[in-house]
Amino acid sequence: MSTEITSDVEMITVVIDGFDVTVPKGTLVIRAAEKLGIQIPRFCDHPLLSPAGACRQCLVDIEINGRAFPKPQASCTIPVENGMIVKTQLTSEVADKAQKGIMELLLINHPLDCPVCDKGGECPLQNQAMSNGRESTRYEGVKRTYEKPTAISSQVLLDRERCVLCARCTRFSEEIAGDPFITLNERGALQQVGIYEKDPFLSYFSGNTVQICPVGALTGASYRFRSRPFDLVSTPSACEHCASGCAMRTDVRRGKTLRRLAGEDAEVNEEWNCDKGRWAFKYISSKERVASPMVRGADGELHEASWPEALAAAAAGLKGKRAGVLVGGRSTIEDSYAYAKFARVALGTNDIDFRARLHSDEEAAFLASIATRINVSYRDLDKADHVVLIDFEPEDESPIIFLRLYKQVRKRSLTITTIAPLASRGSEKLGATVLSDLSKVSGLTEKSVILVGERAAETMGRFTAVSTLAKSSGAKLAWVPRRAGEVGALIAGAIGNLLPGGRPVGDASARVDIQSAWGVESLPTKAGKATWEILEATTDGRINAVVVGGVDPLDVSAEALGQLLDTETFVLSLEISHSAITAIADVVLPVAAVSEKSGSFINWEGRPRFFEKAIADSLTRSDTRILSALADEMGTPINLPSAKAVAKELQAIGKWDGAAASAPDVSPISLPVPDAAHATLHSWRQLLDLGTLQAGEENLAGTARPAQVVISKSRAEALGVGEGDAVTVSTARGSITAPAHIGAIDDSAVWLPRNSNGSQCIANLGAASGLVVKVAKA
Amino acid sequence: MDELTPRDSEYGLEKAAAESAPILDQSAGSFFKQLLGFWVTFAAQFRKVNTVQYPEEKEATAERFHGRHQLNRHPDGLEKCIGCELCAWACPADAIYVEGGDNTPDEQYSPGERYGKVYQINYLRCVFCGLCIEACPTRALTMTNEYELADDSRRKLIFEKEDLLAPLRQGMLMPPHPMYPDSTDTTYYKGEVPGSHPSQEPTTNV
Repeated sequence: MSTEITSDVEMITVVIDGFDVTVPKGTLVIRAAEKLGIQIPRFCDHPLLSPAGACRQCLVDIEINGRAFPKPQASCTIPVENGMIVKTQLTSEVADKAQKGIMELLLINHPLDCPVCDKGGECPLQNQAMSNGRESTRYEGVKRTYEKPTAISSQVLLDRERCVLCARCTRFSEEIAGDPFITLNERGALQQVGIYEKDPFLSYFSGNTVQICPVGALTGASYRFRSRPFDLVSTPSACEHCASGCAMRTDVRRGKTLRRLAGEDAEVNEEWNCDKGRWAFKYISSKERVASPMVRGADGELHEASWPEALAAAAAGLKGKRAGVLVGGRSTIEDSYAYAKFARVALGTNDIDFRARLHSDEEAAFLASIATRINVSYRDLDKADHVVLIDFEPEDESPIIFLRLYKQVRKRSLTITTIAPLASRGSEKLGATVLSDLSKVSGLTEKSVILVGERAAETMGRFTAVSTLAKSSGAKLAWVPRRAGEVGALIAGAIGNLLPGGRPVGDASARVDIQSAWGVESLPTKAGKATWEILEATTDGRINAVVVGGVDPLDVSAEALGQLLDTETFVLSLEISHSAITAIADVVLPVAAVSEKSGSFINWEGRPRFFEKAIADSLTRSDTRILSALADEMGTPINLPSAKAVAKELQAIGKWDGAAASAPDVSPISLPVPDAAHATLHSWRQLLDLGTLQAGEENLAGTARPAQVVISKSRAEALGVGEGDAVTVSTARGSITAPAHIGAIDDSAVWLPRNSNGSQCIANLGAASGLVVKVAKA
Repeated sequence: MDELTPRDSEYGLEKAAAESAPILDQSAGSFFKQLLGFWVTFAAQFRKVNTVQYPEEKEATAERFHGRHQLNRHPDGLEKCIGCELCAWACPADAIYVEGGDNTPDEQYSPGERYGKVYQINYLRCVFCGLCIEACPTRALTMTNEYELADDSRRKLIFEKEDLLAPLRQGMLMPPHPMYPDSTDTTYYKGEVPGSHPSQEPTTNV
């Protein structure tokens, strides 16, 4: 439902229960009644799904211009008309009796096992049976029973006995997610929700079906029997997994997060989210969490230490050193800002970078050019005439963008072009035209939107070409990184060439702005190093101390960990859980996870997504708090005691209003053309993979798409492999063997998931894209 | 007596004061009158004694006395509690804490899918109102007549599931064990399970 007010829509006045209400033409009766505050009971009706009229619970008496319908009608399928008089259960005995009758029929085969049902206490069927049902049952027969529950995927369980056949789940899967794996089978009394046996319910959005199920028929395996709604303390929150920026609700019982639900935000995620956002939160309660500060002793082992001891050790290790800061892409904007200020004020360097992934100098230049102009929104996607995706797979890398695009594709066949080596399942669902080369894109107007992903950094000259294309066509340009914190980190200045608010480091007046805001006499003037340069500089002592936030070295390069390990570099790690970095760190400081602190992420639109502390009595501290304490210890205070203090400072600093940095100018290099036995490697991270924040959630991991090697038909023929046969992709460093999938991919290319089970490109092959690899039959 | 103190007459106590006035009889017969006063005390020696020598002697409570709770078992030993938390919901004192759990074929504690994994009653909070008993859909929770619930620490007064579970009677097996052959949870609720079946006994690895 669009909330936009447009004057050219015809308005219609109807009478409901004796009250006049004026609504736009096309509004359903049930929605017009809602506007008056009249609640008609319903199960199948959902404002974001097409009307189905499946449950018949919303029957009302309708009369149009004096002619009454002979029987009560389903108010969720009938649009308002002029001269319509509606009588709901409140004024019509016929409607009331009809609703009670429907409720009685729905309950005949319902097991009434509310005491063991997860939905008990928040169940529309329970509530409406009380408000619009009979007091007691008249049914004495034997109820229909099914085996309960059946798993329709590792994370969604189906109890067919409880189902009222409202078809919300099947409509969601088909209309919103585009994964019609779930359907209504059989007819009549035996009708039931089922899956196709050959196609398991591997949807990235299956959790939404659990949330919109109006009875307890679909339940989540991870939340099964965990709690009752009255036990839970709910906090509105924001999702920490990707840059889509979903509104969420976090439900906590006694300091433990038990479930997360999609929040409602019509401008962003509507009412949906992806399974990763919904279920990947076990990392918070992982046994691997760092419990207390740790300092490496003379024996070379990490020992637990008190906060004052650890801060003193960290301060001593950093003082007077040539330090670099690696923030990681998952920080809130507040924490990123604290890192940015800490680097400049306490460490006196611009060597800070939030990019813990493959990145390039061209990308840094591109980011500097757009940092003050992040102004494309989901609304622009709704109105776009053409969307171009560049090195960006929305279904895997920003699923809510995918849902938004899919909605427009279904509604008005939105044209989508994707610059990718192959047609992924997401592209196929969007009906996207797959192009291998950006120069072939044409037909862009000012209403078009270009979405460029973080993987554009892996192709030389790509960001230059994108900037040129956006400029020449007038199309809107947005950068969509994969991680939730990257846009915020860019704005907060956690990158070597920018100060907070998108101010170029090289600009003297920009530095004066920040100097006066921070009350410091000078700021480093030299643009800072990128992540890879910082790591490289540690090997020859140009940098001899690093502060590391949430960074997995294997996201950056296969050598990154070794570069830190082999040298005398002092490593300070601020981490949630024990990792490869904490294993080599000299001082480890435990930090708060997202649900244990307040703050905000900035999504790809530049929209702040605030969240409050969900676990009220958590004692962990945010990065901001710790860095501020550390800066005090070092004698160079940054005065950021809380996220609120950061927000205030950021607001006071504001956005850079001077000239933005110019777009990058890098010409593409031609890649070597592989021979028949070799191929150019392409990869990206799938939504559900071996990501750190998905640790510990086995039910979720069960629906991850299995690793596949995607090869072209002619290569498959040349190798003599068929669909599903094992294929080995190898480099000098190592190899990956996975079943082959013959897809629409360039003959010279091969595709692998970047970080999935059985296929970790950087760890196994030493690279993630652009490399020439050997492809052979296993 | 000053002016401001209310007089007995103002309370209507004049008569009472006169009646309770000490008897000032100094005559010879008054000695026997005084002995007569001890008759009540003397006669009480031969009446039935109400005092109970608790804790050496204990008396049965009234049949429906609200005492400590008990989590009952089905005749084969499976727990009746399904962890639905309705008792916790009904509790006006927030004395009950329950966490549900998933019965698996290997570990079956109660008939059906769900059992009470954690069950705690805090007897420092409990007011013995019995609303939890009314709420229980499976008659798993009932109250015994046991009233000796004093202790010296908070910790000891939070009763765990093992403190509350009914003892195993004849024919009962200690869960987890499988359900009675060819039975469903409905059979259990209808009381059609007579006791444990040899097939439910744990297989011991010798």
